[in-house]
Amino acid sequence: MTNLIMETKDFSFTYAGVDAPSLKKINLPIEKNRITAMIGPSGCGKSTLLRAMNRIHDLYPNNKYEGEINLYSNGKKENILDLKKENDLIRLRQDVGMIFQKPTPFPMSIYDNVAYGMRLAGVKNQSELDGRVEKALQDSAIWKETKDRLNTSALGMSGGQQQRLCIARAVALKPDIMLFDEPTSALDPISTGAIEELIAELKKDVSIVIVTHNMQQASRLSDYTAFMYLGDLIEYDKTDTIFMNPNEKLTEDYITGRFG
Amino acid sequence: MGGKLFKNFSFFSATLSFFILVGIFSILFSYAQDSLHEFGFDFLGSEVWEADEDDEELGVFGGYIPLVGTMLSTVIAMVIATPLAMGIAIFLTEIAHKTLIKPVSIAIELLAAIPSIIYGMWGLFYFAPIMQSAFGGNGVGLLTAGVVLAIMIIPFMAAITRDSMNTVPDVLKESAYAMGATKFEVIKDVIMPYSKGGIIGSIILALGRALGETMAVAFLIGSVMQIPNKVTDATTSIPVLLANNFSEAEGLEMSSMYYLALILFVVSFAIISIAKFYFLGKKVK
Repeated sequence: MTNLIMETKDFSFTYAGVDAPSLKKINLPIEKNRITAMIGPSGCGKSTLLRAMNRIHDLYPNNKYEGEINLYSNGKKENILDLKKENDLIRLRQDVGMIFQKPTPFPMSIYDNVAYGMRLAGVKNQSELDGRVEKALQDSAIWKETKDRLNTSALGMSGGQQQRLCIARAVALKPDIMLFDEPTSALDPISTGAIEELIAELKKDVSIVIVTHNMQQASRLSDYTAFMYLGDLIEYDKTDTIFMNPNEKLTEDYITGRFG
Repeated sequence: MGGKLFKNFSFFSATLSFFILVGIFSILFSYAQDSLHEFGFDFLGSEVWEADEDDEELGVFGGYIPLVGTMLSTVIAMVIATPLAMGIAIFLTEIAHKTLIKPVSIAIELLAAIPSIIYGMWGLFYFAPIMQSAFGGNGVGLLTAGVVLAIMIIPFMAAITRDSMNTVPDVLKESAYAMGATKFEVIKDVIMPYSKGGIIGSIILALGRALGETMAVAFLIGSVMQIPNKVTDATTSIPVLLANNFSEAEGLEMSSMYYLALILFVVSFAIISIAKFYFLGKKVK
């Protein structure tokens, strides 16, 4: 119990205007300082679950949550589904960072991209900002490429660099958890390799949940794997177990490529 | 055979618009020759507009007053319209509830389709008295013309700005929210910079429209050849002066009016070119 950073309990989720729930009573633990991968065929609900973990679904009205998602941050337990006020959601999203499928640099300079979240969080001190921007860029293995052009537009970087910049931007906020939604699906193999190394490096400081379509990626990278299918969590275990010796027939069929 | 015919026809159509443009410019330029020759660039700074009493063909003409009237009424319109149009666009893209977006959008597009004479009549008979009781003066004048012009260009600006704001990818907005941004911060830091090209384009196109607007302004600006000292004073603008004087003018006065038309043509052309440049610039990115 002590090693959990997050945990969903009988969590169900229904999109606005749809009768059937897209997620059905999911019970998934997220271990601290570990990488948890979520795999499954398209439409299985893995991204939906990920997007519930920082309540980004709330940007669109009338989506329905049921059950609990507990965040164990700073020794406190908090059900994030109880958060109502915008301020609480903002704090949650600073604790639970998110990286998207495509790189999403903001239309501003490299420096401002990384400093953006900190400025939103109220950091004004210039030397503190400088220090944390540099640290975040170093932690995201992109400092060498960017240190001489911090004031140029982030839109001029390559796709792989942009994605690492987005990671740096999230790292700068010192989140408890980082959620990756297929972070390499729009990148070439070399950039993908760089991002994977970076994610493996990051788990020293932060807990990671990654949604991926790429099963090799899940088996290379993660400590735990959750296999989802049609809104159900079919199986969750150590990654080795899931890939070598799964309990469920469905899991085995999926990872051996018999469907999906 | 048919292919060749079609190719020739479409080539003809495409070049026609170019020839019309060049044709209009050269006609304006050649008809304005007498005035250009007589007054040169001093025309732009001269306030006099008087035909000679003995010879209708002669006189002293200067374009300063209509030029100032055109610019001031346009500036007033832009100052009022720009923030309101931005507000409408932001409301429609980010704030409005789904059920509200469609009716408001349709209303705005319909407003943009109302012929300008209707704005002119409404402005003169309904709006001018209101302006008179609020700001004094005669009701008609620079301010009234500017405000009604603003009302005319707002829907136009709002619609283009909204379209451009709608092109901001959801995932970009989501990633700003995921950093803990509020709605206001997302609008200010992501949506506005991202759609900058479209916003500037809409401002410039609206500017071009306001500059050339004739009918509504003719009703509302007062059509008096005087420099306005207050915003409520009556004055005139280039299109209004042209419309009012064309039927009676002869000789040098006529040529001076072509000179004014040439100025308006060049200014509008320059503005639209800048707008096009911005739109193209955005596509390249």
